[in-house]
Amino acid sequence: MSAAASRATTEAPFIRWLLIGLALAWLVLLLGLPLAAVFAEALRDGWAAFRAAIVTPDALAAIRLTLIVAAISVPLNTLFGLAASWAIAKFEFTGKSLLITLIDLPFSVSPVVSGLIFVLIFGAQGVFGEWFIDHDIKVIFAVPGIVLATVFITFPFVARELIPLMQEQGRSDEEAALSLGANGWQTFWHVTLPNIRWGLLYGVLLCNARAMGEFGAVSVVSGHIRGETNTMPLHVEILYNEYDFVGAFAVASLLAGLALVTLALKTALEWRFDLGNKGARH
Amino acid sequence: MIELNHIAKRFGDYPALHGVDLAIRPGEFIALLGPSGSGKTTLLRIIAGLEQQEEGRVLFDGEDVSARPVAERGVGFVFQHYALFRHMSVAENVGFGLSVRKGRLGLNRRQIREKAEELLKLVQLDGLGDRYPSQLSGGQRQRVALARALAIQPRLLLLDEPFGALDARVRKDLRRALRDLHNRVGLTSVFVTHDQEEALELADRVVVMNKGHIEQVGTPEEIYAHPATPFVSAFVGETNLLPGTAGDLHVRPHELAIVAEGPGASAVRVSNVFRKGGLWRIEGALADGTRLVEIDAAADAVLPQPGAVIHVRAQTSRSFEEEGATS
Repeated sequence: MSAAASRATTEAPFIRWLLIGLALAWLVLLLGLPLAAVFAEALRDGWAAFRAAIVTPDALAAIRLTLIVAAISVPLNTLFGLAASWAIAKFEFTGKSLLITLIDLPFSVSPVVSGLIFVLIFGAQGVFGEWFIDHDIKVIFAVPGIVLATVFITFPFVARELIPLMQEQGRSDEEAALSLGANGWQTFWHVTLPNIRWGLLYGVLLCNARAMGEFGAVSVVSGHIRGETNTMPLHVEILYNEYDFVGAFAVASLLAGLALVTLALKTALEWRFDLGNKGARH
Repeated sequence: MIELNHIAKRFGDYPALHGVDLAIRPGEFIALLGPSGSGKTTLLRIIAGLEQQEEGRVLFDGEDVSARPVAERGVGFVFQHYALFRHMSVAENVGFGLSVRKGRLGLNRRQIREKAEELLKLVQLDGLGDRYPSQLSGGQRQRVALARALAIQPRLLLLDEPFGALDARVRKDLRRALRDLHNRVGLTSVFVTHDQEEALELADRVVVMNKGHIEQVGTPEEIYAHPATPFVSAFVGETNLLPGTAGDLHVRPHELAIVAEGPGASAVRVSNVFRKGGLWRIEGALADGTRLVEIDAAADAVLPQPGAVIHVRAQTSRSFEEEGATS
């Protein structure tokens, strides 16, 4: 589009600057200030207090549990997301649109409800309750329940990222690889995976951010046992309710830091993604 | 020898192919020609093993390969949009078919690279092995795709609308390059096209397809000069339909001569006269106003003005009275 044409079809500079200014002010008010407040509160009593709040046994246990939960649920959902998007993008089958709807389910259900569903199924009064008690297996109010709830909440992220990407890329690259004598694994590893790598990384990143940050569903199934079943977000809530503001904000600042790193990586990936795609379009 | 016995396939309720029989001789260059939806691409993909027929058999040298997956059929397939692996260099693309089988073939990296360079030379892309597909033009990409398909030493080369995504000039170059390549390598080849000019120019034999069946198989000359059905007559080359005593007469523009008014001549009201290559093209309508008529006139002919009424007579023509003409 020439400069003259773009001038003819866009708003006057005054309106443009007003809109940009409004959007920025809104962002600062709703995102920038709270974020700054988190770090300011965490460091209010200085670095020593911040450090002391992080290295308490309960806080360390919460960090450890959060990392464990993410380490289990992110790989699981990466595999699930790859399988689901592969099936949806490359094959025709009945029930495909139902599958796509189901993948979105965790986004449309309140996390608290998701947590309650797991309590109903796996809790002591639940469907499998007696069987679990007989076999001395603890799911609810224990780590397995937290992992289950997190897996459920985060399973759309990878699949949602990959389905449109794979649908757009079509099947011919894979068909070409097969016609050249590659087997299924070689085709996936050498052709499909490189084609989707940036989208996949992006999905994994978002999945991880949510897995570490999930509160609602995890809160219902965790039981809030200190040092055992508290993840970082739950630990923040407990400290806050106990008026330990420096402690609460110190742990919260770690989560906020994670969000910032995720954002930075996401931006870098998007930039890389665009670059990679530009060359590939014909 | 490639034989197709009574191949049938449907997509849902839509029949794509009904009972197609075809035999392809070794070393032949075959065009599958037809409008979109005629089943030509489906037939090509069935030969490759990218699609599974519901009925019928595919025989390679007398052996039924119907149950064999594409990876085991030893066919080179060239896709309309190239399907080059964008994250691999040109040489890696060309060598891919050898790399994935290097264990079985007993090749090392260097040998694969040498083989790739050799093939790039064959398609006149020597020296471009380290580039990436995104750095090449459309015509170059299609040559890479061709080299990649040839690298596995296929017994059959299949090309799906190989020139479809290219502009007219590159198309012509690549067409010639493909014909040269075929003459040199002698590989049995089948390509799909909707462009009759392309089919007539390149192929040893043309298979004209329509609505999931074969209308006619023949040399370009047979197809053009002796179309077997009204569909072939209308689809291949330009055809006028003139009223005859027993049904419509199919007449090519160059088969019409401008004559004096008399018995057997049709009156045409001229609407447009323009240059077409070395000839003049006269467009007009029959006296009843319904049918468009196209006439070729020599470069030095006396040309009628638009609006004038001229008389034309068919010097040769074909009729398909038994089947009824399509219009």
